[in-house]
Amino acid sequence: MNNNPENIKQSHGTEYQGPKAIDIVNRGLAKRYGSEQRFKIYGLVAVVISLSFLVLLFFTIFSNGYSAFFQTFVQLEVSFDPAFIDKDDPANSNFPGLVKKTLTDEFPDVKNRREKKELYSLISSGAAFQLQKMIQQQPDLLGRTIAVSVPADDDVDMLIKGNIARDVPESDRRLNDRQLTWIDKWVQEGKIAKRFNTAFFTSGDSREPELAGILGALVGSILTLTLTLLLSFPVGVAAAVYLEEFAPRNRWIDIVEVNINNLAAVPSIVFGLLGLAVFINFFHMPRSAPVVGGLVLTLMTLPVIIIASRASLQSVPPSIREAALGVGASKMQMVLHHVLPLALPGMLTGTIIGIARALGETAPLLMIGMVAFIVDIPSGFTDPATALPVQIFLWADSPERGFVERTSAAIIVLLVLLIVINSLAVFLRNRFERRW
Amino acid sequence: MSTSLLIIILLSLTAVAYQFGKSRALSLSRTDAGIKTLHSRPVYYGVLTALWCGLPALFIFLAWQICEPAIMTKMVVAQLPDEIRMLPENRLNLVLNDIRNLVSGNILSAEIKPEIEEAANHYRKLQATGDAALAVVILSFALIGALLARQRITPVLRARNHVEKVFTFFLVACASFAIFTTIGIVLSVLFEAIRFFRVIPINEFLFGLDWSPQMSIRSDQVGSSGAFGAIPVFAGTAMISGIAMLVAVPLGLMSAIYLSEYANKGFRAVAKPLLEILAGIPTVVYGFFAALTVAPFIRELGVTFGLDVSSESALAAGLVMGIMIIPFVSSLSDDVINAVPQTMRDGALALGATKSETIKQVVIPAALPGIVGGVLLAVSRAIGETMIVVMAAGLAANLTANPLQAVTTVTVQIVTLLVGDQEFNSPKTLAAFALGLVLFIVTLILNIIALYVVRKYREQYE
Repeated sequence: MNNNPENIKQSHGTEYQGPKAIDIVNRGLAKRYGSEQRFKIYGLVAVVISLSFLVLLFFTIFSNGYSAFFQTFVQLEVSFDPAFIDKDDPANSNFPGLVKKTLTDEFPDVKNRREKKELYSLISSGAAFQLQKMIQQQPDLLGRTIAVSVPADDDVDMLIKGNIARDVPESDRRLNDRQLTWIDKWVQEGKIAKRFNTAFFTSGDSREPELAGILGALVGSILTLTLTLLLSFPVGVAAAVYLEEFAPRNRWIDIVEVNINNLAAVPSIVFGLLGLAVFINFFHMPRSAPVVGGLVLTLMTLPVIIIASRASLQSVPPSIREAALGVGASKMQMVLHHVLPLALPGMLTGTIIGIARALGETAPLLMIGMVAFIVDIPSGFTDPATALPVQIFLWADSPERGFVERTSAAIIVLLVLLIVINSLAVFLRNRFERRW
Repeated sequence: MSTSLLIIILLSLTAVAYQFGKSRALSLSRTDAGIKTLHSRPVYYGVLTALWCGLPALFIFLAWQICEPAIMTKMVVAQLPDEIRMLPENRLNLVLNDIRNLVSGNILSAEIKPEIEEAANHYRKLQATGDAALAVVILSFALIGALLARQRITPVLRARNHVEKVFTFFLVACASFAIFTTIGIVLSVLFEAIRFFRVIPINEFLFGLDWSPQMSIRSDQVGSSGAFGAIPVFAGTAMISGIAMLVAVPLGLMSAIYLSEYANKGFRAVAKPLLEILAGIPTVVYGFFAALTVAPFIRELGVTFGLDVSSESALAAGLVMGIMIIPFVSSLSDDVINAVPQTMRDGALALGATKSETIKQVVIPAALPGIVGGVLLAVSRAIGETMIVVMAAGLAANLTANPLQAVTTVTVQIVTLLVGDQEFNSPKTLAAFALGLVLFIVTLILNIIALYVVRKYREQYE
């Protein structure tokens, strides 16, 4: 009976008049639970919005880019007419003329100059090179007539892929009505086919979207990153070993450490300025060359590798060190024979992640001139070259509709490379990392 | 002899020297009571010999590589006829360029004059002599070094200590690389910036309101006198970074709170790596995304509301930059939120606070310094971000507060001023370095503060 709160109050004589604490709490509860729910939902919404950006990004890139892996080809009946091909020197014959002749043979009713020009523009300028190559490889084709599939111009390609609307007024279209009827005739005769776009993977840059490929940029990236890896891994590991195992604790080392942490956060374009001022203007190294790109990216990647390597060294337990020193190893032997091999997988993972970051880096390469229009595939560290992300930047600036899908396709290639590299890092970590 | 062949020969000589030193040590020991009589293990004698063989030769090689162009140029210039030698410096450089192109077989800008042809031949001859001399010097140094080292090998030679000293020196050199990089950045940017400030006074640059860096090439050209007041550029940078932070901070922070306090293990294990993917996407991809998808979308949205939106609006660039920074903010906040001791949460919950009240009134205030540090790092990231703004923001420096208009940023200006051929004496190119200096200093200050705050915060709860 006495446990009843009312009884207690009564027993004390004066009655408590104000609101009871439990009531105040209860009154506010609904509101508080509501705000609890709302807060939780805000959090979930934030995660969902962030992830939906990711989905949207990937969706945009893939929906724009997958079609670039296929290219429209037109089948032409080419007769290797001796009138066009010089017997003694077939490589220097008038192949563009041969292509034109083939086209006018196919549409005999095309007579005036303007119409002819429109007709010729349906076929890529790469067709002439293709015929030239065929003759060089098989000289016995001379005088024969065979069906050859040549790449269509990018406007035709875009039309076939449905990126050019047919129902807009003629003046707003890249292809006029006459050209459309020719293309439709080809389509009806089954002469137009979409095939895997090998040129995209086997050729360098070009002004013509249908001939442009990423091989040159890819080779440039590989050369640049090879140099970056060769320089930054040993130097980064050595720096981490010194700072973690040998360095005395004093002011100088503190400065070096703060400095490394700061360098990791310096904007990448500043490294580009450094490369321009020091390597190109002061040391007179060649512009646009992978060697300079590799050096700049090395300076950029080093702090990342040093930080990762130090973390990896820290995770090796001190008992290993003490055991090695205990049996009489010198400090250098202790580090080289015991600590370093145990820390190496972690260091490699950090290095791979650093290299993946360097692969996507564009801004410093712009500064040192790796943005030139380069058709040739680079064959050495001092040849002019671009890199894959720079190629993406260059294509993104091109006005042709055909370059939009090629930019997206190059991005897909870049992303796939990044995923492969990062999975390698994750695999290494899971396979070799030891937990003590 | 080509340089790569020389390097290969040098490397194989070093390998031979290693074997040489090792076998020498072993042969010395065998006469006595076996390997125990040696001071160090035989490997160290081998390494020592290899180092004696390789290192001096390598240093000579590097020194030659650095000095060669200057020496060659001087010698070629000395041989040129007087009338060319007396040319002003920039004309002389053109001639030298022609000679170099001729030597390497490139296409020339003008037709070849006989004296140039002769100089090129001279250059070629000098180069051949230089290469041969280099090969002889390097290889003889390598051989002498190896032989000397072998001579000195005795059982009491402290080979291990010598080798370790060299290794330690190498480690120190690598560790000081970072310092040299910083010094390099500061010096290179500072020197060019000072040259710029000699032409344009520093307060005109920092406080001027008009930015149009196009300089006229001839003095009688109309217009474009070049104005270098950087306030519009700074304002544009601040606006785009501000928009980015408005997107990234709420989304990143709320994501971090949800993932670390509410989400179950399974959701966290999936969502966290997915968010990190956003951080791994190259910025050039974001730039393309901004220019291709986001900017037209915002423009059309503006048109439906009757607003005039520029196709390079600050909003589009800032929005996409914000997306890029979300994972940065969220992972840093995640770290600091997890560092708040569980006992503080338990205390608040025990007093009857709901989870959100605990977070808002206990966890966040406790984690605030760390979060602020993370946000500062994110701001420095946003200011220095280049590709998104180069591809999605404008070039013209408008001083405006309207996020729907095009503005330009520091990094955009650096890129546009420096990409392509440029001469290094015009204020136009030097302005890029002045902007780079400002960018470096601002991000450096932000980073130092942020790293200091984060470190202090960590120590507080450790």
